[in-house]
Amino acid sequence: MEDKLIIRGIEFKSRLWVGTGKYKDFEETKKAIEASGADVVTVAVRRLNIFDRNSENRLDYIDPKKYKILPNTAGCYNVEDALRYSRLAREAGVSEMIKLEVIGDEKTLFPDVCGLLKATEILAKEGSIVFPYTNDDPIIAKRLVDAGAAAVMPLGAPIGSGLGIRNPYNIKIILEQMKGLNMPVLVDAGVGTASDAAIAMELGCDAVLINTAIAGARDPIAMAEAMKHAVTAGRLAYNSGRIQKKLYATASSPIEGML
Amino acid sequence: MKLKLNGTVSEFQEEMTLTQLLENLKIEPKAIAVEVNLNIIKKTDYQSYMLKDGDTVEVVKFVGGG
Repeated sequence: MEDKLIIRGIEFKSRLWVGTGKYKDFEETKKAIEASGADVVTVAVRRLNIFDRNSENRLDYIDPKKYKILPNTAGCYNVEDALRYSRLAREAGVSEMIKLEVIGDEKTLFPDVCGLLKATEILAKEGSIVFPYTNDDPIIAKRLVDAGAAAVMPLGAPIGSGLGIRNPYNIKIILEQMKGLNMPVLVDAGVGTASDAAIAMELGCDAVLINTAIAGARDPIAMAEAMKHAVTAGRLAYNSGRIQKKLYATASSPIEGML
Repeated sequence: MKLKLNGTVSEFQEEMTLTQLLENLKIEPKAIAVEVNLNIIKKTDYQSYMLKDGDTVEVVKFVGGG
């Protein structure tokens, strides 16, 4: 059965997308990305270190032929900054895609959805393929679609928290609404371990984006592999149609033929 | 010519284009973007873009992020 993820004509090989932040070194990043099987990697836009080129953190270890680059606007707290970073990312010429973040608060890193809507609308009009990082709010998800988003990326829990999918019912409502609009839903942020990723996929999400849960694990490379399996397993389970939950038992072995 | 380059004021002997500045700093114009006085400069314009005394230049790249 064909089960391809295609967004705006771009075909994605994996339903696990990974971040490249917080790793010990480039070698570890590279190995973890490989182990995850992801073909989308997120990156941030930052000043180039002009005066100390040796300390440079350039992403030469990420082969743009092998991976699709998804620049983010992490650290942007208003529409103007988010637009500025998005446009710089686009001009850098590696991707038309942008993971749009307009952060509302330093402590929670929750999105400022009013700013997010505005920025989505402007960037979508400019031709960017916008992936907005949003709250698990079904109404905002619809507004983002109206604003021209290519997909919606609700959080499972605060960025880096590892709390998992805190409100699966909201994610489910978002999924139901987006299905009718043929709009992909990706859980971005909050996954702590493999079961969280599997839950997101079992709910019917199109993909999951993970950074901290992999990079912060004691063994990031093994955790990357675990996430790969979890996403695959979750997707298969979703496609397979799970049984209904019941309060009481139903025997698996036949009564007939018992002594 | 003085430029404010990624937040630091730097002095240059002579006026130059953006391409010359990048060459001077040994920056390969690959997967980077440049902003002069808050305007993003298209890669195709680097060659002809003449920097002026007092310009604020930002050169950005991609780094690891989530």
